[in-house]
Formats: sequence, C-alpha cells, structure tokens
Amino acid sequence: MNLNAIRAIYLFEMNRFRRTIMQSVAAPVLSTSLYFIVFGSAIGSRIDTVEGIAYGAFIVPGLIMLTVITESLTNASFGIYLPKFQGTIYELLSAPVSAVETVIGYVGAAATKSFLIGCLILATARIFVDYTILHPLFTAAFLILTCTAFSLFGFIIGIWADSFQRLQLIPLMVVTPLAFLGGTFYSITMLPEPWDTVALFNPVLYLVSGFRWSFYGVADVAPLISLAMTGVFMLICLGVVAWIFRTGWRLKS
Amino acid sequence: MRPAAHAHPAPPPAGADDFVIRVEGLEKTYASGFKALETVDLAIRRGEIFALLGENGAGKSTLIGAICGLVRPSGGRILVDGHDAVADYRAVRAKIGLVPQELHVDSFERVMDTVAFSRGLFGKPRDPAFIEGILRELSLWEKRNDKIIALSGGMKRRLLIAKALAHEPTILFLDEPSAGVDVELRREMWQMVHRLRARGVTIILTTHYIEEAEEMADRVGVINKGEILLVEEKTTLMRKLGRRELTLHLREPLAALPDGVAGPALTLAEDGRSLTYVFDSQSEDTGIAGLLRSLAEAGIEVRDLATSESSLEEIFVSLVRGRPQ
Repeated sequence: MNLNAIRAIYLFEMNRFRRTIMQSVAAPVLSTSLYFIVFGSAIGSRIDTVEGIAYGAFIVPGLIMLTVITESLTNASFGIYLPKFQGTIYELLSAPVSAVETVIGYVGAAATKSFLIGCLILATARIFVDYTILHPLFTAAFLILTCTAFSLFGFIIGIWADSFQRLQLIPLMVVTPLAFLGGTFYSITMLPEPWDTVALFNPVLYLVSGFRWSFYGVADVAPLISLAMTGVFMLICLGVVAWIFRTGWRLKS
Repeated sequence: MRPAAHAHPAPPPAGADDFVIRVEGLEKTYASGFKALETVDLAIRRGEIFALLGENGAGKSTLIGAICGLVRPSGGRILVDGHDAVADYRAVRAKIGLVPQELHVDSFERVMDTVAFSRGLFGKPRDPAFIEGILRELSLWEKRNDKIIALSGGMKRRLLIAKALAHEPTILFLDEPSAGVDVELRREMWQMVHRLRARGVTIILTTHYIEEAEEMADRVGVINKGEILLVEEKTTLMRKLGRRELTLHLREPLAALPDGVAGPALTLAEDGRSLTYVFDSQSEDTGIAGLLRSLAEAGIEVRDLATSESSLEEIFVSLVRGRPQ
C-alpha cells in the first residue's frame, strides 16, 4: 500500500478545498440557510406539522442530505476532472499508485469535505429550528455512507465527463430533481396515487427517509431498507470504479 | 551539496544486466485504428543518455507513454530493471521520472507544495531538505511560495523537471524538453542533464531538434512511423553515415572541369569559383592528395580550402526520407 501517495492526494485535495473555502463552505451554508428562512420560517409557519413534527424541523434532515449529495458530487467530480482538464493526470497515471489508493485519496477527501459541510449545516439549522436526534449513530452512519457513495458517484462522473458542461449535467439534470422529489420537503404519504408509488423508485428517497428516521423516529420506508439501499448504491459505484481502472476507460489511451 | 547525495541511485543489483530498460515487441494501435507503434524493440543502457529522434507523430510520445504507464500497449512487453511494466508497475514506476512535453501544471498550487506532492505520490516519505535541494538546483527556490500560475514558461518547464526528480528516480524521461524553450534555458537544461547522468541517472529524451541529440546523447535511436529505424552510438552513427566535404576556393573562375580532374565526387559551383569534393574521412585514401596534385598539374590555383562534416540532421533526414513510404 502506497500510504504516502494516499496522503499526498488526500492533502492535495483538502488543500484545494481550503483555498476555495468561500465556495466550498460558505455557499452551501448560505443556500441552506435560505431554505430554512423561506421554507422553514416563512412558508413553514403556515404548515402545521408533518407526521407530528414541526415543518421547520421536518426539513432539516432532507436539506442536509440535499446539500451533502450535491457537494459530494461536485467535489469528487471536479477533483478528478481538473487533472484531466489540466493534463496533470499524467503524473497520477505514471505514479506507482493503485486504483484503490487513488480512490481512497480523491473520494476520501471529497467525502470528508461534504461530511464537514453536513455537520456545519446541522449546526446552522440550530439557529433556525429546534430538532432532536434520536439515533445519533445512525445519523452518523447515514451521513458517512451518503458522503462516500455520492463522492464515488461524483468520481465516476468526473472521469466520464469530457467537458465542464457534462460535469454539471448529471448533478443538475438528474440528482437535483431526484433530491427535490425524494421527500426532502414533504413526506411521500402526502403525495396522491400514483406518485407515492413512483417515489419509491427514487433512490434519494431512501437516504432522506432513513436519515430523517435517525432524527425523529418516523420514516417513509423502513430504516434498514434505507441503509441497505445506500450500501447497494455504494457497491455499484465501487464496481464501476473498479471497471474504470481495469480498462483505463477515459484515463489511458 | 547535501541533497545531491540522495540522488545517487543504488548500485545495480548483482546480476543485473547492462540494459536498464528492455522493450520487446511493443505494439500500440489506438482505438481509432491508428497504429502508432509497430513491433518496437529497444534496449536502453544503464546510465546513458539516449536520444529518441523522430518527426512529429513518429511514435516518440507513445513509446514513452507506454513505458511510463500513460498508454496501454496492444502487444509486447516492457522490462525495467527486470520488472514487468504492467505486472510489477509499482517497482517500475518508482524508478522512473517523467517530464511531459506539454506544460501540465496545477496553476493555483504553490511551487513547493506541488513538488512535495509529487514525492509523496511516488511513495517517498517527506524530505523538505531534499525538495529544497532540487528547487535550488533548478533555480526555483526563490519562487517556492509562489503560485505556479505566476511562473514564466521556462520556470514551469523547470518545475516539471523538479517534480519528476522529487522521488529520486534512477531513470528520467524528458519528452521534448526543448519545445518552446529559449536558448539560454536549453543550455541550462543540457547542463542539468549532464549533472544527472554524472550521478548515474539514465536519461531518455525525445526530440526533433537534432542539435539537442547531437549535443547530449550517447546513443541515438531514430523512430519513424512507429518503427525504430536504427539505434547507434552517436559518434559511430556520425562517422558511419557522415560524409566530409572539402570545399576549394579557386583563384580564377573555371568554366568547366578539365578532363584530368573531373570525377563523380567533385562538383564545380555555378559561378565556377569553388569546387566541392565529397570523401569518406574513415577510408585509408581520402583522395585529397591526388586531387590537389591533379589540380596543380592542370594549373588550377587554390586560394583557400575548408572541410565540413554532415550533421546528424542531414543523416536523419536522409534516413527518414530515404525509406520507401
């Protein structure tokens, strides 16, 4: 195991985040705060409760998930796309570094960053609403799993993308809609037929539902199914990454 | 200088042969169907400076890329110090430093950080003193805290060399090191390469500047259309293929060569004021004495004379052009 390489990549990526601290941390915190003000306070004050939880508190887990998913995708995809774009990837390809080490370095750094942002938003939410966390270990597990799984997914997008437009394509066109429709702002029980059934095909629903369960003990789907689905998604991403490195797809000519 | 001591490569293991790199039957066909390398065989000697000469698109970068791990070979194998470049890539790549042709840099990184990153990436523990030594040697120490974007093109080129040397490689690849580099920096780089060689580093450079190969290389390989046309000691190559020319400036212009003097090796300039005689400097009898005698007998007076030998460039052009296309 080339531990020095993992450390070099990890620190390089964390350093990049530090340099861009404004975009990296301030922006997601600001935008989430806006959600709290608009949906939580302004509109939320007109909504009674959802499944017995004050609306402002109800949206906290969903908003954290929404941000963490977006951040993981953006950070991880940009992290590996940038060397491809700049051409500096030559160094990684010529280094005595295995696929596993590369992924631990890049994905680990991206996941760390989105995990930190998730925690930061959790703290920020405290300013706006009162919430409880019933199962903190599950909260942490969901958060870490989600950060890792979506950073892996972002890594794949970064390798697949051959332009900045494409880099934005999946996060904007697929993941943001899925996150919005995944019960971030509502419970799927509030949806009419057939949409409540359709929603079950949305993978993000399982993340939000499970994560919310760890806060308030109420969920749209059983929490263990949520955890399993997140795990399965991560395994699929790992499989794709393994294939990418075995074939050199989009990395080596 | 202390850091230089680090750069001494370990002596070759007992039983290691003289060739540090062996390329055997290497082939590369790109997904587009373009065949960049046709069955290439090449052996690089330990500690030599090897220049790979070829025109743009001849396959130089593909060959280097295959050895360094950037290109997946379609066939054949590469051995570095006896290690297979695919199966045992860690051992192979740890020995190799690569300076790419293009100035690929992380614009917003600091000079020192990026060199330290390279060292870590290649599996070496931190060594700030060693990094300092490299940066000083490449005149980058003053810029160590600058962002790369602020560096000039020449400094970026030096930075790429610093990055390639950061993990103390015993083999250094320089892909077109002089591309877009001014004369002074080119000289500096050549000196640097000679210093590295003195420490035992094997250096392989690709170039289409013949001057560079002529100046630096111990051996020259010529690649064209994905095939190695020849590999030869530079001096042997120049001697073997090198023609010498004797130019005789005449006191009085000649309308034509007198019968007693004319021969296939001798040509008269259009203005009739000079004669050019081509000869093989290696042969026992160059024919010069006889020529001068016959000129004297014919009453042709020589005012001045000069000799020149064909450059590597002329040799190269004749090799590449002379092949059936």
